[in-house]
Order: sequence, then C-alpha cells, then structure tokens
Amino acid sequence: MIEFNPNDLRAVLPELVLLGATCAILLVDLFIKPAQRDITHWLSLLALAVTAVFVWNGFPVPGQGTLAFNGMFVHDGIAATLKLFILLTAALTFVYGRNYLGERGLRIGEFYLLVLFATLGMMLLVSAGSLITAYLGLELLALSSYALVALNRDSAVSAEAAIKYFVLGALASGLLLYGMSMVYGATGTLDLARIHASTGSLQHPNLLAIGLVFIVVGVAFKLGAVPFHMWLPDVYHGAPTAVTTFIGSAPKLAAFGMAYRLLEGGLGGLSAQWTLMLALLAVASLAVGNLFAIAQTNLKRMLAYSTISHVGFLLTGFVGATPAGYAAAMFYAISYALTAAVAFGMIALLARRGFEAEEIDDFRGLNQRSPWYAGIMAITMFSLAGVPPLFGFFAKLLVLKSAIDAGFLWLAIVAIVFAIIGLYYYLRVVKVMYFDAPADTESLPLPADRPLRWVISINGLALLALGFLWGPLFDWCNRAFGA
Amino acid sequence: MTFELVCFYAFAAVAALAALSVISVRNPVVAALCLVLTFFSMACVWLLAQAEFLAVALVLVYVGAVMVLFLFVVMMLDVDLVPLREGFVKFLPVGIGIAVVMLVEMLMLIGVRAMQVAPGPDPAAAAGKSNIGWLGEVLFREFLLPFEVAALILTVGLIAAVPLTLRHRRGIKTQNPGRQVMVRREDRVRLVKMDAEGNREASP
Repeated sequence: MIEFNPNDLRAVLPELVLLGATCAILLVDLFIKPAQRDITHWLSLLALAVTAVFVWNGFPVPGQGTLAFNGMFVHDGIAATLKLFILLTAALTFVYGRNYLGERGLRIGEFYLLVLFATLGMMLLVSAGSLITAYLGLELLALSSYALVALNRDSAVSAEAAIKYFVLGALASGLLLYGMSMVYGATGTLDLARIHASTGSLQHPNLLAIGLVFIVVGVAFKLGAVPFHMWLPDVYHGAPTAVTTFIGSAPKLAAFGMAYRLLEGGLGGLSAQWTLMLALLAVASLAVGNLFAIAQTNLKRMLAYSTISHVGFLLTGFVGATPAGYAAAMFYAISYALTAAVAFGMIALLARRGFEAEEIDDFRGLNQRSPWYAGIMAITMFSLAGVPPLFGFFAKLLVLKSAIDAGFLWLAIVAIVFAIIGLYYYLRVVKVMYFDAPADTESLPLPADRPLRWVISINGLALLALGFLWGPLFDWCNRAFGA
Repeated sequence: MTFELVCFYAFAAVAALAALSVISVRNPVVAALCLVLTFFSMACVWLLAQAEFLAVALVLVYVGAVMVLFLFVVMMLDVDLVPLREGFVKFLPVGIGIAVVMLVEMLMLIGVRAMQVAPGPDPAAAAGKSNIGWLGEVLFREFLLPFEVAALILTVGLIAAVPLTLRHRRGIKTQNPGRQVMVRREDRVRLVKMDAEGNREASP
C-alpha cells in the first residue's frame, strides 16, 4: 500500500494544485466552443494565480530547506522564489499572446494546456533533489515546448524550427542522461545531496569528471550557451510570437535552477573544474551573441542572439561558485525573464492579422504612432543593454561584482567590452523608433486589447521601478541562498 | 562451465549478431524483425539474471506493441533506405578510426580493468521478496514522485499529438449513427397518390 507522508504532500502542494487545475481545464476546454475560449484563458490565469498563492503561503524559512519524497524533491527558498517568477512570466505569456493567437486561429485549448504543463515541469525542475527528478522535470518542459513551437503547423518556418528544436533538444537530453549515468556509476546514487557528500571519497574520480563534462554540455544546451546555441535563433524566429514570449522568458529561470541544482547541489565538490568550463562558455556566449546580433534585421532573431549574450552574463555569476554569485545570477535570470517578456510582448502588440511586426523596420516611427509604447520599448531596450538606472543595469553590475570578487577580473573586463558592443544593436531599435518615418501611415492605431496594453505598460514601468528599488529583490535572492 | 553461463553466451551472441544485422541488412522490414530478435534475446538474458518482470515487460511492451507499430510504419511508408546508406564504405575507414580512438581514450580514462567488481547482492533476495514485489514497492514508495511525473510526460505527449495531427476537414461524407437511429419512416418514404394509368392504349 502506498503511504503518504503529510509533510511530503505539503511540500508539493503548489504542484498538486497546478496539476489538478490543469486537468480540470483540460476537461472544461473539451466542452466549450472555440468562440468561448476566453473561459480557458481566464481559468488558466486563475490556476497560475492560485498556485502562486500556495507557493507564497508555503514559503519556507530562509536558509532552511526541507526534503520530500526521499530526497527527490527540495523545498527551499531558492525553489520557491524561482517558482513565483516562473508563474508570473507564464501568466504574462497568456496575457500577451491572447490577441495574437486569436487572430491567427492558434488560440486553441492545447496552447494553454501545454504552457501549464511546461510550467509544472519547470516547477519540478527547480525543486529537483535527485538526478531523476531533474531529468523528468526537464523532459516535461521540453516536450511541451517542442509541441508549442510546432503549433502553427501550416507554416514551413515553424515546422523547421520545431524539427531543429526537437532533434537538438533530444541530443542534449541524451548527453545529459549519459553524463548522469556516469555520475551514477561513479557514486552509486541518484540523490544530489548524497552525490555531493560522496565526492571526496570516490574510488574512481575520473568517471565523475567525465560525467560532469556531459552534464555541463547538457546544461549549456538547455541554456543556449555558445557553442551549443544553434537552435536558439531558428526557434525564436520560427515559433509564433506568443510561444516565443514563453520560451524566451520562463525557461531561463528554470535553466538557472537546473544548473544550480546539478552543478552546485550535486557536483559542488568539483567546482574547481566546472567554474573554468563555465567561464569559457560565458566568454564564447558573450562574444558570439553580441557580434551576431549586430547583423540581424529580424527583431526576434536579434533578441535570440541577445539571449545568448545574456546567458553569458548569467554564467558569469556562476564562476565564483559562491552563494553571493548564485544570488546575483538568480537576480539576473529574474531581470532577464521580466525584460524579455516585454520585448516579445511588444512584438505581439504591434502584430495584427496578416502582419507579424517581427522585423526591426516594422518599428519605424513608432514614436509618431504611439509615444507611450515607444517609450516602453525604449525602456526595455535600455534595460536589456544595461543602461543605468534600469533593472538590467543592476543585474549586470551585481553579476560582474560577484565575478570580480571570485578573482575572475579578466572575465568581467571581457563582459563589459561586449556589453558596450551590444549597446549598438539595442540602440538601433531605439533609433528606428524615434528618428525614422513610419512605413505606412494608415497603420496608425495600435490594435491591441485592453489587458495587453495595461499589463505590458505595468511590466515596462516595473523595469524602471525595479531599477530604483532593486535592493529588496536582491536581498530576497541573497536570503534564499543564505548569503 | 555451468548451464547458465552457456545460455548467457548463446543469447548474448544472438543479441549481438541480430543487432549487427539491424544496421546492415538492406530490407527495412527484415531490419525491424532483427530488432525484435535482439529484444527477445536480451529478455532471455534478463531472465537469466532473475529479473523476470523486466523480461516479460520487454517482450510485451517492446516486441508486442512498439515493434509491431514500427513494422506497420516501415511497411506503410515503404522507405527506400539504400540511398541513405550510400558512401558507407567510403566513410567506413574514417569512422572506424574515430571509433577506435574514442574507445581507447575512454578505456584509458575510465580504467575499465580497475573497475571489475562483482555485482552486489540481489536487493530483492536480500529483502526476502519476489522480484516483482520488490520492484513494485520501490517504484511506488521510493520513486513515487518520478513515476507520477513520467505519467504526466505521457499525458503531454497525448495532448500534443492532437493539435499537431487533428484536422477538421469540410465536405467529407460521414455517417452520423445518432441521426441514423433517430430516423423515422416518414423521413425516408413519401407516399404519393397518383391516378392509375390504365386507360391509356398500350403501345404495340
């Protein structure tokens, strides 16, 4: 007979709530007409909100994590913080994508279900206490994402993106699994805490080191770090903008969580080896991301290369392998997810039936059409570039400070140089918006529904506000890591 | 040499040979059948290792369901695999070279020789339970959470398949059994009163 420990169930309560709500939405959606899809929309948002309330209520005491299900599930401040922001960005995806999907006939119940299941996968991933939970959470996220990219199945670009994503994602999963099998072979356990504890007293440390290499490769694939970034531009470009909003924001938080759990939680004893690997990945990502972004004319592709460069910054936080560095990296992941959501949401806002608004030229003269949204987009671009006093600036500053404290001064200098190079392509978007004439004057009114207008304005202004009030959020990240 | 060891070598050899023929035969149907033989031999090897449940599951699930599906797909698509394999001989030396280098590297790095340890005690026997009983308890106690998450992944696969393949086509003729049952006599048969045509002259 299966016996449940009440403490175990209390730890996974938010996940259970989200799963129950998702199954209910699955059934409700079967019985409603396509014209009533708003019911699914609001129910999905309600499910995310209720789950967030449960995460908030069960927020663990800082620095005191508890284990559930025989150590398979970790319930601590890091996981809870990441979960709150994952739920928030998933909700933003629904709001930003509502009109866009409706105009393209893609507003089907499966979109909501797949996003909800992917969110559940991310919540499990950031709470992973063993290799097997990490892998299964990742697969739940990845499988949902592949299907989401292919949702617009009549588009050749989408189909190509989905195939590339699927094949490369499967390859990455294979590499990760191979590394995990090596680690299991070397330590004889799947439990991350026990792997960490047994690192010093191994008969075959070489086996663990080989496993580490494969795990780093798998994590780099999922984050999109150079040289494992090939899938990113095509997937961002090919996916419907609403799906890109999702893939470009929340999974970065989950990937940070996965990297932290696997590298620090499981293989923290080998940090001397993996910090150098991550530093090299960071340099390559910063260089390739920023240099290739300059040549892009498609805004979604440009943002994809910008993601790669931001992953470089994220990894810069890891090189110290200190709690302060992880806190800075988590702050960076949160800042990036919130900023990227506005950038992709703005593309969805400008798009209308038969017009994607995904070229940089489509933003020409936005200031004449709508000074307010041009301002929001400018804030977003400046925040991505890391211009003070915006949110993105402090995220970059804290990550660089942690790298310098860890003795990686050269990495910080490289990062700053490439951040300045990166300024060019963010400013180009701003220049196009303010100093070029609009392409066609008949498209003056912006066709967006009211929730999208309101939420994207609040989200954009939050980037400005958090630029001034970044302290409490960073303290929160620090407390989660006990730094 | 015990009887078990003889059996092990026999099944292992069949498995290896069948696996080799999967990638070397020309006919894809024969290749799929060879894969069935590989699975079957491996199931026998597992039986020798006293993992009865896994062996039966392998035969039932993989041989019985997955491979039959595979065979259907291979037969339906009728793929000509010969062009895909062109240049195999040309690239063979390079491939073998890389494979040998990698094998030597891994053997040196991992040091397989140093790792030959006898297998530990059978956990099922140590717990005094049957193989399947022990497996069930571990799966539903220790690994309950991953087990449920794996079920979720299968659900996602099911949901994802629907929007990717379902097409609502218009203008196809289908039967509606509900309406067929509900039909009344008056809907189908129309009785028309007509005058008899008897007073006309019959044509010659």
